[in-house]
Amino acid sequence: MNYQTSSSPVSLRGLRVVRGAREVIPGLDLDIRPHAVTGLLGPSGCGKSTLMRAIVGVQQIAGGEVRVLGHPAGSPLLRRRVAYVTQAPSVYADLSVRENLDYFRRVLGAPATAVDRVIELVSLQEAANQVGESLSGGQFARVSLAVALLNAPDLLVLDEPTVGLDPVLRRDLWRSFHRLAEAGTTLLVSSHVMDEALRCDELLLMREGRLLAHEPPAELLKRTGAEDVEAAFLGLVEEAEHAA
Amino acid sequence: MIHPTLILATAGRVLNQLRRDLRTVALLLLVPAVLLVLVRGVFHGQDEVFQRVGVPLLGIFPLTSMFLVTSITVLRERTSGTLERLMTMPLAKADLLLGYALAFGVLAAAQALVVSAVAFGFLGLESQGPILAIVAVAMLNAMLGMALGLFVSAFASTEFQAVQFMPAFILPQLVLCGLLAPRETMVAPLEWAALVMPMTYAYDALLLIAAGNGASFAGARDVGIMLTFTVAALLAGAATLPRRTP
Repeated sequence: MNYQTSSSPVSLRGLRVVRGAREVIPGLDLDIRPHAVTGLLGPSGCGKSTLMRAIVGVQQIAGGEVRVLGHPAGSPLLRRRVAYVTQAPSVYADLSVRENLDYFRRVLGAPATAVDRVIELVSLQEAANQVGESLSGGQFARVSLAVALLNAPDLLVLDEPTVGLDPVLRRDLWRSFHRLAEAGTTLLVSSHVMDEALRCDELLLMREGRLLAHEPPAELLKRTGAEDVEAAFLGLVEEAEHAA
Repeated sequence: MIHPTLILATAGRVLNQLRRDLRTVALLLLVPAVLLVLVRGVFHGQDEVFQRVGVPLLGIFPLTSMFLVTSITVLRERTSGTLERLMTMPLAKADLLLGYALAFGVLAAAQALVVSAVAFGFLGLESQGPILAIVAVAMLNAMLGMALGLFVSAFASTEFQAVQFMPAFILPQLVLCGLLAPRETMVAPLEWAALVMPMTYAYDALLLIAAGNGASFAGARDVGIMLTFTVAALLAGAATLPRRTP
C-alpha cells in the first residue's frame, strides 16, 4: 500500500544498513500509514530492530533516506515528537517506578500529572513506589513502555512491547495502542508473535532485511488464501524462494 | 546548548540513585579518612613525611574515587540502554555531563570535608595556606576524576574492565606525580611523562597551598592546567556519547 510521502509520518527510500560485515537491510522503501497501528512482524534476526533504530535515528545507515514527520530521522526537532522503546527495558533499576517516570518527564518537558496518567495506563499503581530491581520482568518492561507514553508523541516506535506479559494486560495494552492511534499517534510495533498481527491496522512482514508484505491483515489473508498470518508468511517465503 | 532545569533534574536523579546505595556513599566518605589514619600511623616517627604527603593525599582521594564511581555509573548507563534512550530525547550531552558533575561534585565536597576534618582536627596535619583552598582543589580533583572516568568508560564493555582501568590509569599517575619521590630525582623519561599527567598538577597545586604559596603564579598555572585537563576529558567524553551507533 502506498501513501504520499508528504502525508506519511515515516518515509524510507533505499534504506541500507550494514552491521559489521553483514548487510542487515539491503535496500528498503516504506511509507507508514498515519494515525494507525502498523505491526512489524518477522522472525528474530530479520532486521526488525535495526529498521526501528533507523527510523528513530540511532542507527548508523550505509545509504538511503529516512524521513520522519517531514524531517531527517534523528533530527533534534523530533526529540519531543518521537518515542522509542527498546526491546530490553531501558529505565533505571535503582530508582522507583515514580522516580524513573518523574526524571524522564522532566527531560521531555511533560507536566507532572503525566506520571500518574502513564502509571495507570500500564497498570503499575500498586508498584509505583517500588524500586526497579524489585519488580518482575514484565513490570519492569512496563515502566520502560510508560516512559514512551509520557508526552503523547506523534510517532511511537515499540520494539516487542508485549513480550512476557499476561494475556489480559496484553489485550489492554493493544487497546491503548489503538486509542493512541485514534487520538492521532502513529504507531510502529514489532512482534515475533504472529497472533498479534490481527490486532494491527497494517502489517509489515519482514524476512532477511526485506519486506514480504505491507497491507492490512484481512487483505493479506485474502490475497494469500492462508488461514492465519503464520501460514501467509510461510506462503510468501516459498513464493519468494521460487521466484529467486 | 544547555538547559539548567535538565542539569538539575539529572543531578537529582543521580543523587537519588546514590541514596539507594548508602553503602557506596559510606565507603566514599569514610575510606579516605581511614586511609589517612593509616598513613599517619605508618609515618609515626617521621612527622615531616606525613606533613609533606598529607595535603596532596587529601586531593588525590577524591580524584581516584570519583574516577571509579563515574566510570562504572556511566558504563551502567551505556549498557542499560538508558543512555541511548536519553539521546533520543531533548537532552543535550552537556546537560547529562553537567548533571553528573553537579551530583558527584556534591559528593566530592562531602568527601573532602570529612577527610579534611579528620586530617586537620585529629591527625595534626598542618597547612600554611587556607584549608578552604585545599577543599576547593580537592573538589576540582573530583571533577577531574569524574571527567577521566567518563572518558575511559567508553573503552570498557563490562564493569570488571572498568575497575581495571583504575590501576591502569590512576596508579601510574600516583607513582609519578611526585608523592613517592621528587620528580627531579626520577629518570628523565619518567619526569617528562609526569608532565603530561593531570595528577602531577593537582599534586603541585596542593603542595603550594600547603606551603602557603597557593596564591602565586605557579599555583594559578597548576589549577589552570587541571581545569584544562578536566574540560578536555569532558569534551572527549562527550564525543564518546554518540547519538547514532553502528
